[in-house]
Amino acid sequence: MTRIFTLLALMTFMPWFAFANEVERGEKVFKKCRSCHQVGAKAKIKNGPPLNGLFGRVAGTYENAKYSDAMQSAGADGLTWTQENLDKFLTKPRSFVAHTSMSFSGLKKLQDRADVIAYLLTFNIDLGMLAAKDDPAVNAEILAMVGDVEYGEYLGSSCVTCHQIDGTDQGLPSITGWPNAAFVTVMHAYKNKHRDNPVMQQHAGALSNEEIAALAAYFERVH
Amino acid sequence: MKLNRRLFIGSSVVAAASLSAPMVLGATGKPRVVIIGGGAGGATAARYIAKGSKGAIDVTLIEPTRTYYTCFFSNLYIGGFRDFSSIGHTYGKLAADYGINVVHDWAVGVDRDAKSVTLAGGGKLAYDRLIISPGIDFKEGAVEGWDLSSQNKMPHAYKAGSQTQLLKAQVDAMPAGGTFAMVAPPNPFRCPPGPYERVSMVAHQLKENNPTAKILIVDPKPKFSKQGLFEEGWNNHYAGMIERVGPDFGGDNVSVNPDEMTVTIDGEVNKVDVCNVIPAMKAGKIADIAGVTNDKGWAPVNAADMSSKMDANIHVLGDASQQGDMPKSGFSANSQAKVCANAVRGALTGSKVFPAKFANTCWSLINEDDGIKVGASYEATAEKIKKIEGFVSKTGENAETRKATYEESIGWYNGISADMFG
Ligand SMILES: Cc1cc2nc3c(=O)[nH]c(=O)nc-3n(C[C@H](O)[C@H](O)[C@H](O)COP(=O)(O)OP(=O)(O)OC[C@H]3O[C@@H](n4cnc5c(N)ncnc54)[C@H](O)[C@@H]3O)c2cc1C
Repeated sequence: MTRIFTLLALMTFMPWFAFANEVERGEKVFKKCRSCHQVGAKAKIKNGPPLNGLFGRVAGTYENAKYSDAMQSAGADGLTWTQENLDKFLTKPRSFVAHTSMSFSGLKKLQDRADVIAYLLTFNIDLGMLAAKDDPAVNAEILAMVGDVEYGEYLGSSCVTCHQIDGTDQGLPSITGWPNAAFVTVMHAYKNKHRDNPVMQQHAGALSNEEIAALAAYFERVH
Repeated sequence: MKLNRRLFIGSSVVAAASLSAPMVLGATGKPRVVIIGGGAGGATAARYIAKGSKGAIDVTLIEPTRTYYTCFFSNLYIGGFRDFSSIGHTYGKLAADYGINVVHDWAVGVDRDAKSVTLAGGGKLAYDRLIISPGIDFKEGAVEGWDLSSQNKMPHAYKAGSQTQLLKAQVDAMPAGGTFAMVAPPNPFRCPPGPYERVSMVAHQLKENNPTAKILIVDPKPKFSKQGLFEEGWNNHYAGMIERVGPDFGGDNVSVNPDEMTVTIDGEVNKVDVCNVIPAMKAGKIADIAGVTNDKGWAPVNAADMSSKMDANIHVLGDASQQGDMPKSGFSANSQAKVCANAVRGALTGSKVFPAKFANTCWSLINEDDGIKVGASYEATAEKIKKIEGFVSKTGENAETRKATYEESIGWYNGISADMFG
């Protein structure tokens, strides 16, 4: 559960604007995918499945989408789309899932993959959550704090009383796999009552800056 | 703290048998944690200790029932918002995925000197740490005329399962224009908003199927949890249906007659069709047998690790514990279990122990899409679990907020179920 992953290491402790830049570049990289995969509110099935809510999805399971036998059996064998798995897949699709019907040859550059994953993340996380990026209370110093993952796991046990540890949304937003900066920003917005759910305000209000950093560091690593 | 050599055994027959056969189960050479009760506190503690220690601790969970029906959301079943099977959970994953030794039996004795637990089936389990989370039992003689043998006529439905089904069946079978009575419990009791959420759910059910029926609450307490919110909701949705008799009108002077189906308030006899008696409560009996309860019937604990004030090798969680400011709720029991699991792992394997932090939120449903909530965060002080900051829904909130609150509670239910049972 606490696998550390190079791409995420890149994103970790990265201030918000760096994530925003990745998303922006990712949107351009995604043009290569767009003829077969749609994203956003009106996304439809094309040659490939829509990629909203991709992270946490079992491979080959988007309802009514067409898949190769290879992709379906990869899913049946337990392949779930995490950021880590998508990074491997995108590096060279045919070597990660042999006989996939995806004809795309891959993204050689790490940065391109990081960018497109960041872009796709924005279709996984509630966009309203990301809108908190302008929270006035969150400064560079807070964003640069290095969280203690083990402490984050302990504190996070309180979050998973309601939110699912497997990242699925079963009535409440997924909180796993978020970029560090997004998690920290949203928690501070609750702590400072710039976001208005009282349950979250109370939880965040009881946490110090170090503790929020610890939670962010832990949940970023949970896929 | 002085520990006398005592044998806390349910019956002398069991004691004799166990002395002559000093068989100890689970001797693997690893530190052993035994947990009594597979509910909100016990199942969570078992899962977190097993998960965190990755096999370094031998974890045994003793729970008599194979399917645990949550009290939380049992009122929603009565109100027709859930089916019964949706509140039932089994222990398969705790055993298969977490390696927990799940023993379906009753714990009937605790020998604190030998550090072992006796099972009704006769076996004995040795422990290095014992965690007790048995929930509640009812105080004998709390409601005149009622005892456990009356529960088939006048159900408490305050332990979920067949009692909940019985109460719902009785409500659904009420004659047109009949009366549902509830004898509410005195403080402290499990789930402070529980009786009033139940009244709301019964009212919802009656309004749909039996709109001239009446609800009578006999309450020994002058006030209750989220009172303003409930009363506002009752006025909005069930005007004229619900009457509450508080202590100023004899709500604290009540007796019942299960054969006659009567409730007598301050000498005045009322004939009713359904009577839900929720008596005064105390810690589950095994806490008593273990000798960790006080004269009030609850088990006092240290806030930092939920250890008993009477025995450092025993921890008491959830409803049975007397810990300070937290309400007796499933959320609280789950929260306390995580603090306890962290401390027990630290004591037995040297893993890092982090400071105790607790939280609680209790959601209640008043009517379709009309949810309310109350919650707080807590810290451990030398004397007790102390409230830091809290919140409560407001009267006059709009329908959108109330609907979102209800939907949030469904997310919580799914979350805590996964957190307890894997
Ligand atoms: C109607 C109602 C509604 C509620 N709604 C909510 C809600 O919305 N939210 C909320 O947070 N809480 C709610 N609660 C409260 C919640 O159910 C309890 O606070 C919670 O279950 C307490 O957990 P526990 O571990 O202390 O006990 P329990 O969950 O009751 O678990 C105790 C377990 O111990 C077992 N046991 C007892 N004695 C022994 C023994 N000798 N040997 C072996 N096993 C034993 C029992 O079989 C039981 O499974 C509600 C309660 C009621 C009655």
